[in-house]
Amino acid sequence: MENLDKVLKSHKLSHEDYAHILEILGREPNLVEIGIFSAMWSEHCSYKSSKKYLNGFPTTAPWVIQGPGENAGVIDIGGGMAAVFKMESHNHPSFIEPFQGAATGVGGILRDIFTMGARPVANLNALRFGDVYGNETINRYQRHLVRGVVDGIGSYGNCMGVPTIGGEISFDSSYNGNILVNAFSLGICKSDEIFLGVAKGIGNPVIYVGSKTGRDGLGGAVMSSDSFTQESKSLRPTVQVGDPFTEKLLLEACLELFQTDHVVGIQDMGAAGLTSSSFEMAGKTGAGLKMDLDKVPAREEGMTPYEFMLSESQERMLICAKIGSEDAVIAIFQKWGLDAAVIGEVTDTGRMELYWHGQKCADMPIAPVSEEAPILDRPTAKPAYIDQIKDKTIDSYDTIDNQEAFEKMVSSLEVVDKSWVYQQYDSMVQTNTIKAPGSLDASVIRIKENGKALAMSSDCNPRYCYIDPHKGAALAVMESGRNVAMSGARPLAITDCLNFGNPQNPEVMWQFAHSCEGIKEACTKLNTPVVSGNVSLYNETDGTSVYPTPAIVMVGLNDSQESVLQSQLTQEGNELLLVGATKGEFGGSLYIKANFGETAGAIGAIDYDAELALWEFVIQANQKALLECAKDVSMGGIAIALAKLCATSNKGVDAQIELSERRYIFDESQSRAIVEVTSQNKEAVIAMAKALGLEIVTLGTIGGDRLKLNDIEMPLTQLQAIYFDTFAQMIEQDL
Amino acid sequence: MRAVVNVYLKEGVLDPQGKAIAHALDSLGFGELVKGVRVGKQMVLELDSNDEASAKVEVEKMCETLLANTVIEDYTIEF
Amino acid sequence: MRVAVLRFPGTNCELDTHHAFTQLGADVEIVWHNEQKLPEAIDLVVLAGGFSYGDYLRSGAIARFSPIMKAVVEYANEGNCVLGICNGFQILTEIGLLPGALKRNNNLHFISKFQTIKVIHNDNKFLSQCSTQEILNVPIAHADGNYYINPEQLDEIESNGQVLLRYCDSDGEPLAINGSLNAIAGVCNKNKNVFGLMPHPERAMEAILGSMDGKKMLEGFMN
Repeated sequence: MENLDKVLKSHKLSHEDYAHILEILGREPNLVEIGIFSAMWSEHCSYKSSKKYLNGFPTTAPWVIQGPGENAGVIDIGGGMAAVFKMESHNHPSFIEPFQGAATGVGGILRDIFTMGARPVANLNALRFGDVYGNETINRYQRHLVRGVVDGIGSYGNCMGVPTIGGEISFDSSYNGNILVNAFSLGICKSDEIFLGVAKGIGNPVIYVGSKTGRDGLGGAVMSSDSFTQESKSLRPTVQVGDPFTEKLLLEACLELFQTDHVVGIQDMGAAGLTSSSFEMAGKTGAGLKMDLDKVPAREEGMTPYEFMLSESQERMLICAKIGSEDAVIAIFQKWGLDAAVIGEVTDTGRMELYWHGQKCADMPIAPVSEEAPILDRPTAKPAYIDQIKDKTIDSYDTIDNQEAFEKMVSSLEVVDKSWVYQQYDSMVQTNTIKAPGSLDASVIRIKENGKALAMSSDCNPRYCYIDPHKGAALAVMESGRNVAMSGARPLAITDCLNFGNPQNPEVMWQFAHSCEGIKEACTKLNTPVVSGNVSLYNETDGTSVYPTPAIVMVGLNDSQESVLQSQLTQEGNELLLVGATKGEFGGSLYIKANFGETAGAIGAIDYDAELALWEFVIQANQKALLECAKDVSMGGIAIALAKLCATSNKGVDAQIELSERRYIFDESQSRAIVEVTSQNKEAVIAMAKALGLEIVTLGTIGGDRLKLNDIEMPLTQLQAIYFDTFAQMIEQDL
Repeated sequence: MRAVVNVYLKEGVLDPQGKAIAHALDSLGFGELVKGVRVGKQMVLELDSNDEASAKVEVEKMCETLLANTVIEDYTIEF
Repeated sequence: MRVAVLRFPGTNCELDTHHAFTQLGADVEIVWHNEQKLPEAIDLVVLAGGFSYGDYLRSGAIARFSPIMKAVVEYANEGNCVLGICNGFQILTEIGLLPGALKRNNNLHFISKFQTIKVIHNDNKFLSQCSTQEILNVPIAHADGNYYINPEQLDEIESNGQVLLRYCDSDGEPLAINGSLNAIAGVCNKNKNVFGLMPHPERAMEAILGSMDGKKMLEGFMN
C-alpha cells in the first residue's frame, strides 16, 4: 500500500497492528479493510485499554436475564415482564456541537433499548460541565454548552415520547475541556420476547432498515478514542445530526416487526455503523456474511464502500430475518415510511465478504477481527496528588460560622433545584411517572402490565472519585442503591458509564483500575450485578483529564405501585428521625468545596452491612406503611438534606441534634437517611431500626415558616427563592 | 428553475426568537444599529418549469395551503 | 361509548389516550392516518398529542393533509364531537376547525410541568362535569403552545364563550405561562362540538400520577 505510514496514522493503527492484520488476512489489506480494522480495534469498539479491568464484574443473579455483551442488560421484574436498560456516553460529540451531540446520544441509547424488543419507558441523564460561574470566555462557553445539551436531550426524548424522569448534573473545572453527557434509557418487554443481535441460519437475509446512509460521523468511533486539542473544534462535520421523527417511526416499525415471527436477530448501527453491527451479529454465532454495499440505501451520490462501512448516520438497524420473510419485513418498514433493503445473506464461511457492484471489495475472517483486537495492559501509577490531599481533614481549614457556610452551600448549583433543566423534558408522557424529576432521590415509574413500580437513580460524586477512585466508585453504587431504596424499592442491578481521562497516562489508568475494583466490590457486597455499561476514555484536553467519573444507575423494583414512598414532607406536626451514624466524614465534601474551594481529604471505611440494613429498614417499614417520607443524607449532610426537604415540600422544620462537633451538620457519612413518621408510628419505627442494628435518633418536627437546625436558620421564603431561582439565573444570564 | 420562499411571522405578531436575537445583538454592542430582528424560514424549491408566471401561481398555492400558516405568518416568493 | 384515537406518524400520546378512555369504560380504537374513513358508530374522535411529522415545518402543519383528516372535517361538520389534545389542538387550528394558531412558547423552551388551569365555560360536553371558575391541575408539555389570534377574532371567541380554559396561578389569576393571549389554554368552535387544549387531561387520571382532574374533564364525553 502506498503511503502506508500516513494511512496507518490516519486510522490510528500502529505498525504492530499492521503486522497483526497481515497475519490475519495472509495478504495486504485494502483501504476498506484498513478502515474496518481501525473501527473494530478502536478503543470505542474493542475496549482494548479497559477489558482487563472489566472482566470480573459481578454480572449474575437469579433476576438477571441478560448481562453485559448485548445491546443492553435485562432483568426480570415479575409478572412475565422484563426491564431492559443501559447507559452510554456521548461526551466528545456534545463538546463539539452540544445540541446534536446530546440529541444523538439519546437517540443511540434508545435504539439500544428497542433493538432488544423493549419499548423505552424512561430516560435519565448524567451531565458534567465545567465552570459556569464567572464571565470569562470559558464560563460563557460552558453555559452555552449547558443550554445546548439540555435542549438537545429534550428535543430528542420529547419527540420520541419517552419521558425523561430524572438525572444528575454537576460542575467542576476538570470538565472545562471535556463535558460529560451520559444518557440512560430503560424499556419494558415480555421476559420471553427478547431479541438479540445475532446473525445465523445459512441463506437467511440481512436487511437494512431505517434512514438512508450519508457521510455523517465518518470515523466517529475513532474520534471518540482520541483526546481533544484546540483543533478538535474543527471536527464539526463528523458530528451526526439526529432525526427523532425518523427514530420514532423506526421504534414503532421495529415493535410491530417483533410481533411477527420473522426476526432472527437485530442490531442497532451505532458507533462504527455497518461495520460493528455486522461483525457483532456474525461474531456471536460464528457465521459468515455476504453483503452487497451498492444495495445500501444512500442519501448522497458517489459514496464509496469505505464510506458505507464507516458512516455513523443515525436511525439505522441491521436485521437478520428468516428466509422467505423479506417482503413481509420490508412491508412493515414501508408502512412507516422507512427505507428497507435486503443487502446480504448469512453464509457458513465465517468470513465477511463485501461486494460493490458484483466485485468483491473486502474479504476478512470475522472472528479474529472481533476477538483478536489488541488487548492492552497499560501501565498504571498511583497519582501523585493523592498523597498530597489525603491527610487533610476538616481541621485543616479555618473555622467558620455554620450559618455562613450553610448559605454558601445551599446556593451551590449542585444543591439547588434543576427545574430549568427538567421542565424542558417531557417527564409525564406514557402516564407512568409516580416520582417525577425534582422530587428528590430516585425517580419512579409504574408498570401498567404488572402493577409494580420501577425506581432508578443516577449517581456519582466525582469529588469522592478524585480523592479515592476505589471508594468513590463504590459509594456511587451505594448512593444510587440508597436513593432507590428510599422509594421503597429493592435495588436489583446497575448499569455504568465509566468516564475517564487519557488511558495512556498511567495515573488515569490507575484511577480506572481502582474505580473498577470499587464497583466490583460494591456490586458484589450489595448483590446488585452489573448488567450493561459503557467506557469512555480520552476525556482529556490539552493534557488535563476529567475527574474519574464512573456514573452509576441503579434500578430497583417495588412490588406495588400503590406503595411508592415519596421524598417530600407530608404533614405538619409529624416527626423526623435520622437513621444511621454521623462519623465526621468530610473528604471530598461539599462543605470543603463550597467554603474553601478544595477537593481534598480521604474517605472512611465503607460499611456495606450498615448500608444493606438501611435499605432493608426503609423497604420493610414502607411495606408496613410506617413511613410518610424518606430522603437519603448525602452531599452537604443533614443540613442540606433538610433544606431540600423544606424547599420542595413548602414546609418548615424545627430540628435539633446532638453531634460531637457543631460542623457535623454538614458531614457526609454514608448509609444515612431522614424519615418522616407520625407520632403513632414512631416507636415501632425506632424499634425496627434498632432491631436491624441501625442508630436512630429524633431529629425534629415538621412545621413553622422556617428551617431551623442547631445554629442555622433560614426563612422558607428565602430558602425557596434560592432553591428554585438560582439555576435559571445562572444559566440564562447571557441571554 | 428555483423558487425561494421566505416565511415570517406577521408584523404585529410577537416573534420571541427575533426578540432573543435582538437582545443578544444588543448585548454584543450592536444595539445602536439594530432596531429589530425577525426570524423566518427559507425554503428553496427546485421546480421543473421555465415559466415563472405560472410557477408563481402554483407556489403561492403551496404557501397558502402548507408552507405558511396565514393566521400568523406572511410569505414572500422570489425566483 | 366508542372513541377513535388518531395516530399520525410521530404521534406519541395515542396509547396514553387509549388507556385513559379505556379506564373510563369506553371502547377505543386507534386509527392510522392513512385511513380514508373513520370507524362506524363512534361517539368521539380524539387527535392525541405528540410530534406528528416531527413538528417539522410547523406543529400540525403536515398532519392536517393526512387522508383521515377529510373524514374528521366531515364528522365535525355534522356536529359530532372532536377533541384535540396538544399536537391534536395544533392540527385542528392548522386545518381551520378551531380558530387561532399556536406559536413557539415565549421563553423558547419546551415546558413540561403540572399547571393549574381555570374552567371558563362548562356549557359544553367536554367540561360538563367541571364547574365554571374551577381550578384544575393538569400536566402541560409543549414547545408551541403560545395561542395567538387577531384582536377582532379574539373578541369574538371571548364573547361567544369559546374560550374554555385559561392558565392560572393557584388563586385562579390568569398566568402568562407560555405567552398565550388572554392566557388561553383551550378553546372550542362556535358550535361547541370541536375542542382543543394544550394541557394533557389523559395524564391526570389517577391519584398516583399526581392528579385526577383530567378524568373529570374527559368524563364529560362519557354522558
